[in-house]
Amino acid sequence: MRENRVSTWLYRHPKSRLAMLLSAPLTWLAVAYLGSLATMIFSAFWSVDSFTGNIVHQLTLTNFRILFSQSVYGVIAVRSLGIALFVTIVDALIAIPIAFFMAKVLSPKLRNFAVVIIILPLWASYLVKAYAWRTMFSDSGVLAWFFKPFHIATPGYGLFATAITLCYLWLPYMILPIYAGLERLPDSLLEASSDLGASAGKTFRRVIIPMIYPSIIAGSLFTFSLTLGDYIVVKIVGGKSQLMANVVYDNVGTAGNLPFAAAAALFPIIVILGYLTFVRRSGALENF
Amino acid sequence: MKISRRAKWILGGLTFLVLGFIYIPLAVVVINSFNPSRTFSWPPTSLSTVWWSKVFANPDVTSSLFTSLKAGLGATVISVVLGSCIAFAVARYKFFAKNTISLLVVLPIALPGIVTGIALNSAFNTLLQPLGIGLGLATVIIGHATFCIVIVYNNLLARLRRIGGTLEEASSDLGASTFQTFAYVTFPMIRSALVAGGLLAFALSFDEIVVTTFTSGASVQTLPQWIFNNLFRPNQAPIVNVVATILLIAFMLPVWLSQRLSGGSAASSRL
Repeated sequence: MRENRVSTWLYRHPKSRLAMLLSAPLTWLAVAYLGSLATMIFSAFWSVDSFTGNIVHQLTLTNFRILFSQSVYGVIAVRSLGIALFVTIVDALIAIPIAFFMAKVLSPKLRNFAVVIIILPLWASYLVKAYAWRTMFSDSGVLAWFFKPFHIATPGYGLFATAITLCYLWLPYMILPIYAGLERLPDSLLEASSDLGASAGKTFRRVIIPMIYPSIIAGSLFTFSLTLGDYIVVKIVGGKSQLMANVVYDNVGTAGNLPFAAAAALFPIIVILGYLTFVRRSGALENF
Repeated sequence: MKISRRAKWILGGLTFLVLGFIYIPLAVVVINSFNPSRTFSWPPTSLSTVWWSKVFANPDVTSSLFTSLKAGLGATVISVVLGSCIAFAVARYKFFAKNTISLLVVLPIALPGIVTGIALNSAFNTLLQPLGIGLGLATVIIGHATFCIVIVYNNLLARLRRIGGTLEEASSDLGASTFQTFAYVTFPMIRSALVAGGLLAFALSFDEIVVTTFTSGASVQTLPQWIFNNLFRPNQAPIVNVVATILLIAFMLPVWLSQRLSGGSAASSRL
């Protein structure tokens, strides 16, 4: 009857049950994740002895002084933000009509099929998708072959290829939230708008866009954050150009300057946290 | 709002174009894996399976495949256990700081991989290196498990909210112990959501490269890392194409399965 006693005790002590459920995962997240984040933030204030290459555990602002004083990092930061903004806008412009077609034009059966078709590539290997665009943009690749009869030269590897590939990679992250938002939007609302004399365009501008605004924001959170953290796509199709994440990557790898890498990694964190608080304050995330 | 016939056609055409934009690059990778030529050029002049027969004889590919499987399994087991604990706590109890905890679970996947990666890297280097523990498979599993928790959590939480707590209450009113209720009532209802979450966590871990790069050290190489390291070597291109195609197909299976198990909601748990 030992088992019964344990069971009764558990039943009578919901707080203990809760503590048992939460202790393991919270310890994991606090130690492995928050602890690591804290170590990283700390190490951004350390430096590397240029002679021995060892990390000097002494607080200094050297890394930030370099980041702010050398113009190359300013250029890279602006370029990273620019690409993130470009990707977000392009993906939103593509995603809104597609999501509208899926949610409001297709029959329910075809709708589910369309959702699966959009979701499947989201789970296809990230690396393979980036690699696919390497073969698309290469000098003897698919795009060059396709545009040759029209005498259009393809731009090849570079920032443009990077931006297109990033748009491609994060597009489903924009389509799905907007689709979910449109699906929740009742058709009767659209009918009411046209009964009151609004044209289709006016209904779109004055009813649909304000209603799905939170979904667009949710999608933009993904496109923005994922773009700012990406260094692999630039490596694969970006030619010689660099984004902020490459500065982080190169300083961990070849340069072996972990403190400087940690300082550079604060850039995407600060931008994303700033964006997140802005979004939370606007109330756009309450349904997510 | 009446959507005119013309508008429907334009929207349909656009959707069709975008589907082409999504799937054509993937199709190119698959077709390329059957391209017998050593140097890449499009379109392929003939098709053959010559590289497919060579890929499994490549010791680097097979060993990194096993590394990926081991890392994926380890991360899945840990994230299923930890993710279910949090999902139960959030779904069935009221407590202080509930919102903070659900934010904490999502954070590892909401912040870019490079942040998680470098954070773990600096923690391992600062805290474990002095103890003589280097980077390796174990650190990769820790990293993967950290961002896989959210996938299991999202899947299970959705299920727990849908089934509600009334059946569990009925079970204990009828005299079942806490353990009996879990075994005969709760578990059968959440089993498929657990499997779906586990499959997706495995898929996410199997594909991951950024966190892996920062936590694996020199001795361990997963399959995505092998692809990345061989991507820029021209004479490896044919094998890379084959491995890429295998990864592509290997992914459709767990996602499709989890989609069926969860009744269609699992795959969006990444969002």
